[in-house]
Amino acid sequence: MPVVLIILFNAFNGLIQGAFYALMAVGLSLILGLNGVINFAHGGFMAMAAYFAYTLVPYVGFWGALIIAPILAGGVGYVVEQLIVRRLYLRDPLYSLLATFGLALIIQDLLRTIWGAQGVPLAIPDFLNQPLSQVYFFLTGYRLFVVALAIISTTGLFAILRFTRLGIRIRAGNSDLETIAAVGVNIYLLRSANFVLGIMFAGLAGILAAGQIGLTPTMGDQLIMPSFVAIVVGGVGSLLGSLVGGLIIGVASGVTAAVYPAATEVIIYVIMGIMLVARPRGLFGQEGLLE
Amino acid sequence: MNTQASTIPGETAVPAKSNMQQRLPLLVLGIALLTVPLWLPLLGGYTDLASRVLIFALAAMGLNLLLGFTGGLSFGHAAYFGLGSYGTGLMLANYTHSTLLAIVVGTLIGGAAATLLGPIAVRRRGIYFSMITIAIGQMFYFIAVRWNSFTGGEDGLTGFSRQPIHFPGYTLELHSTQFYYLVLVCFGGGALLLWTILNSPLGHLFVAIRENQKRLTFLGIRVDVYIAISFAISGFIVALAGSLDALLDNFTSPDNLRYTLSGNLLIICVLGGMRNFWGPLIGAFIFVLVQDYISSITQNWMTVIGLIFVLSVIFFPLGVMGFFRKRSRT
Repeated sequence: MPVVLIILFNAFNGLIQGAFYALMAVGLSLILGLNGVINFAHGGFMAMAAYFAYTLVPYVGFWGALIIAPILAGGVGYVVEQLIVRRLYLRDPLYSLLATFGLALIIQDLLRTIWGAQGVPLAIPDFLNQPLSQVYFFLTGYRLFVVALAIISTTGLFAILRFTRLGIRIRAGNSDLETIAAVGVNIYLLRSANFVLGIMFAGLAGILAAGQIGLTPTMGDQLIMPSFVAIVVGGVGSLLGSLVGGLIIGVASGVTAAVYPAATEVIIYVIMGIMLVARPRGLFGQEGLLE
Repeated sequence: MNTQASTIPGETAVPAKSNMQQRLPLLVLGIALLTVPLWLPLLGGYTDLASRVLIFALAAMGLNLLLGFTGGLSFGHAAYFGLGSYGTGLMLANYTHSTLLAIVVGTLIGGAAATLLGPIAVRRRGIYFSMITIAIGQMFYFIAVRWNSFTGGEDGLTGFSRQPIHFPGYTLELHSTQFYYLVLVCFGGGALLLWTILNSPLGHLFVAIRENQKRLTFLGIRVDVYIAISFAISGFIVALAGSLDALLDNFTSPDNLRYTLSGNLLIICVLGGMRNFWGPLIGAFIFVLVQDYISSITQNWMTVIGLIFVLSVIFFPLGVMGFFRKRSRT
């Protein structure tokens, strides 16, 4: 195999990984922005949606599960927001961090109890599994589908934020929550909706990742840390930044896997370190946000 | 112990002990800790469990200098705990037979890492600071997992054990009981150091940073530098605890570097009361015992620990010490 092809192969693998990171990071970033919460349970919700899809596929097929499972996870997210997260908005960030951290433990344990610790595969439609090219064997339909769906869903999110009433309120709330509360927006409802939206993105990432790497109760663990890094690299407060940050670190770790496999994960943190020293607010971040 | 009053109004850094009545609990605590090997077996406990409580208490007290007294929410202190623990383990496995030297080296490695990385993390504040500390911490986790030949990879580092300490004319075997006293000495030393710092001008400055950074900046104080100093000191103490932890089990693993441990240290601070000097000791006592007990009776111990996190944060945010202080005030 020619060297270029190997690099390309790994870069593309990285791009797929990056798409998962980006979807996770966008959801995390949404919640971080308006709810002011680092959602440690994001990985748990992601795995939860994947298991929902796993259970639903025999009944509604892959496509049905792809739509229903994130909504179900969003529903659980709503309950969690109402019961736990909402109580902590006015408190020091420490508390929401610890609460969602505890939540992550609970979710992971429940998933293991219900579906078992063993990994299971998620059935994806056959036609998506075929390689599309003899030379570029790594271009399966499913991988292109992952990239396409990541693009479509984030574009959709940006459209929602740009043009709908909900989206405009979310953006306004990001810059000044008190003011929009003063002009009569129900910020509790808004934050619930925002939280659910973020969880649904995690759910989508979970199902897509499950089709690629299979399901385990801990699958979220592998994705949540790179997603944090994606946010830091892209810049806190910028959804575009989270998206780009996710793709960058995905590709970077993919290429590193080809050149120096031992540094596959560490490279992500090196990039973050360099970014923090050279440009602390990240690629697209605003100065002083959330500080 | 000095009796100098804190210059910060309201919540003081450390309540200055002035009379016998206030010193009594400390005396009782000291006697209780000194006599652990005598009474613990009667209650069905074992000495190593007490060592573990003290190790986690020391780590949490170190973290609490940054968290509770300087207001820096680090979610990455497992890194320094783990570095201390790997440093000590690797020293004993490869380079030396001196337990004390291994402890010193482990502590220095972990502390030096905190000293170097703190200044990067303090470039940002608030939640952002937490995210950066988490991510920096995870870097060491992956290094330990990937650097198989040196660290033992995911299986952890074995092949070392605590060695007898040789004094002139006397050799101290480190069985459970002797090791407990070694841990107690380190705990006492760490606590004394923290106490001294918190009652010094530097400690008052830390508390002032927690209370109002802007104001200090107006006064011309370089807040960044002092948060980094607090970060470094807490890193050294946490690393000392980590290095003792490696000796306790004669084993260390990447779990000692993982963010889960950082979360455990934080909840220990919160459980006990992070505004209180001895809070983390109470928190460690509760957490280690509950964890030990729960994991022996159910497979779903993660749910229980998770519930402890969620419930204590929602209903008990001031922790045990905060709860009692609040009650005694009203």
